[in-house]
Amino acid sequence: MAALAPHLRRLEAEAIHILRETVASFRNPVLLFSGGKDSTVVLHLARKAFAPGGPKLPLLHVATGWDFREVLAFRDRMAASLGARLIVHTNPDGLASGIGPLSHGSRVHMEVMATEALKQALDAHGFDAALGGARRDEERSRAKERVFSHRGPGHAWDPRGQRPELWALYNTRLGPGETMRVFPLSNWTELDVWDYIAAEDIALVKLYFAAPRPVVRRGGALILRDDARMALAPGEREETLSVRFRTMGDWPLTGAHESRAATVAEVMAELRQTGMSERHGRLIDSDQEAAMERRKREGYF
Amino acid sequence: MATPPRGQLRLLTCGSVDDGKSTLIGRLLHECGAIADDTRDTLARDSRRLGTTGDAPDFALLLDGLEAEREQGITIDVAYRHFATARRSFIVADCPGHAQHTRNMATGASNAELAVILVDARRGVLAQTRLHAAICALLGIRDMVLAVNKIDLVMFDQDVFERIAADFRTFAAGLALRSLAAIPVAARSGDNLATRSPHLAWYAGPTLLGYLETVEVAEDAAAPFRLPVQWVNRPNPDFRGLSGTVAGGAVGLGDGVVIAGTAMASTVARILGPDGDVERAAVGEAVTVCLADDLDVARGDMLSAPADRPAFADQFAAHVLWMDAAALLPGRQYALRMGTAWTTASVTAIRHRMDVTTREQQAARALALNEIGFCHLATARPLAFDAYAANRRTGAFILVDRTTNQTVGCGMVAYPLHRAGNVHREAYPVDQAARAAALGQRPMVLWFTGLSGAGKSTIAKLVEQALHGAGRHTYSLDGDNLRHGLNRDLGFTAQDRVENIRRVAEVARLMADAGLIVLCSFISPFRAERQMVRDMLPEGAFVEIFVDTPLAVCAARDAKGLYAGALRGEIPNFTGISSPYEPPEAADLVLDGAGGAPEVLAARVVEVVERYQKK
Repeated sequence: MAALAPHLRRLEAEAIHILRETVASFRNPVLLFSGGKDSTVVLHLARKAFAPGGPKLPLLHVATGWDFREVLAFRDRMAASLGARLIVHTNPDGLASGIGPLSHGSRVHMEVMATEALKQALDAHGFDAALGGARRDEERSRAKERVFSHRGPGHAWDPRGQRPELWALYNTRLGPGETMRVFPLSNWTELDVWDYIAAEDIALVKLYFAAPRPVVRRGGALILRDDARMALAPGEREETLSVRFRTMGDWPLTGAHESRAATVAEVMAELRQTGMSERHGRLIDSDQEAAMERRKREGYF
Repeated sequence: MATPPRGQLRLLTCGSVDDGKSTLIGRLLHECGAIADDTRDTLARDSRRLGTTGDAPDFALLLDGLEAEREQGITIDVAYRHFATARRSFIVADCPGHAQHTRNMATGASNAELAVILVDARRGVLAQTRLHAAICALLGIRDMVLAVNKIDLVMFDQDVFERIAADFRTFAAGLALRSLAAIPVAARSGDNLATRSPHLAWYAGPTLLGYLETVEVAEDAAAPFRLPVQWVNRPNPDFRGLSGTVAGGAVGLGDGVVIAGTAMASTVARILGPDGDVERAAVGEAVTVCLADDLDVARGDMLSAPADRPAFADQFAAHVLWMDAAALLPGRQYALRMGTAWTTASVTAIRHRMDVTTREQQAARALALNEIGFCHLATARPLAFDAYAANRRTGAFILVDRTTNQTVGCGMVAYPLHRAGNVHREAYPVDQAARAAALGQRPMVLWFTGLSGAGKSTIAKLVEQALHGAGRHTYSLDGDNLRHGLNRDLGFTAQDRVENIRRVAEVARLMADAGLIVLCSFISPFRAERQMVRDMLPEGAFVEIFVDTPLAVCAARDAKGLYAGALRGEIPNFTGISSPYEPPEAADLVLDGAGGAPEVLAARVVEVVERYQKK
């Protein structure tokens, strides 16, 4: 394997430092693993950080009931191959009430099945730190996020009460009922992640790469009908296009785009040319002004 | 498609309000293609609604992340932005310019290798410019760029530029910089940012971006080896590694190392990098080191080169920058993190407060938010460290409030103080256990806290009578009485209250050490000091008794006529009236001072004491 470029080596070392810091400082940390590329990279880094032992942390996936089937299969394969303990949680109340993006809209769905569900899972297992793959370059309210981001009781984020974070001297102290969210990829960009995936030859879920897939045009987005719960509206029809996904969310809320990029190198070439930001395909972020910041305050990752 | 090997530069931008920082960064992002189309659409929409540039895009809006900030039109925190060229990727910390947010600038500077100091060509070097440059220098930034912005608004006048550059160089001569470049730019139009400006023919130097791509900021590879142990890696009985990030110099297989502050030494038997075994590890790399000998090493220890060891001391002098609304008070205990070690620490003396811009030294008894002081600190146990000027990774620390866990201060070590090394504790053969056994009791401290007039002394007297009657050996310490003697020199300001309780705590500890049951009746309004007393005593020996009497009841009793005086404004710093009282969050015993006869309340305390004695 070719040596990593200096900027990737530096980002890698920093992420390993953050992972070790989390394991050394918290009683019961967990790694949020969604099967997406960012959390797959975090998992890859965790293997390096704790070598020659295993990844040290249980994996938690908050399943909303609308995850891509391929992502779920990938998630299970990864956990099994690492011998990691995988915890899957779905909000039972939301499930019982039949909450879903098609019937209730993206805002209610995300609130109940993602935000609430995450809080339930963290509380039920008593996790005091949760590692995630979020990056500062993703979205503008993330740009000010700390690497060790403190959450009050009830998992609320107070953007004005954030602790100053100096040097690598992370303040890992918690009061009763408080938790920490930890972001080892804070300083990475989307292109850094892909650079790293290419250099390290990291396996990803295939949806990131272009292939002929049956999609429906809805609300200006290309939606992959992953199961029959989405009925076709009058005038809608399924067509097979060469598409890929830039992020992994719930399938009715995640738009694909037409692409021929079938390898990591082709994806990177496409990214360099593309004019759209990463979260553009996500139908949930545009549902209101400053949507992400509001959701984060309520406890979303 | 091959990606060229790239380095990374972490920088921060600072300057006064309206110097155009956010515009500069927004424009750099734009020039480097880091702004996506949909983001640009949002920007265009926001610019019309919130912007200050008419129909042209207001690049500053890209940077102001949080809703509240956007509406206020000022950045209130540090935002991190990314852009890249073929040669380097950049992470920019955008720091606010207004004076009350010094702490944010320090935060951004702590992780930056280079600072871009922005000035408005029309206004030149301002007091704020000097302040920000001085903070950057204090935080260890040795490479700076002076960007003289809005050069278009002074008709691209070379004389204006030269005057400002000379002005700044004169000031910067005292900042011990390694490099300083002055570059004229116009951020809004992009002149001299990424491409040379036709209006600046007289300027022969590089563009701002060109300079940032090539400026050399590497850490000193020849520095002595340091590895703060972050985590002891022990996956199975056959492997024991010390994981951490190299914080200075480099180490190779077979090199000798010592554990700083101990006599333990060994050699490096194995080094695991991110991809397995390596022969050498240098500063910045996250590694796991295996030693030839099985030493008792834990998180917080530091591996070091034997020939050039770090200081190891429990007292040191440092610059402290205070970041909290509640002032730093000498004597108060804070949690301190240095490297991978956590301990408790207090400031033993503020040598002076510093005006960073003029370097003028002022006397100070406390440090307020955003103030910088040169302080002496004492830690609960000795730590390994270097002077910050020699190593930014091993000479820095943060201070954390032990109650709220907020990060309240940061510091840069200047030098160790060796006084502690010459004062050793004497050990005596007759110890506390022996004395306690002779008295036939378990020593303890009963700490009564509450407002003036709450009934602390009244209850304490009854408790002592009861204990004495039962054959216990007791002593009472009372706030008013001690202030006639030991604490005669102290007043009632927050600083003096902290020192008052520190002395009382030491006396109480000595008496408990002598075997006594000590009853302390002090308003002791601050949680931090009560926690300090608790920490000085064995687990369970400190009993915090909150005499919880409503202010109205205390004021109505007013046994000493103090409340009347305080309400008339004659007594400053009176707890409950003009000075705060922080009630205990988890007292061992809460007595409703208005809800029962003192005898009944005292009996509850006696019960707690007897229960402890029987354990």
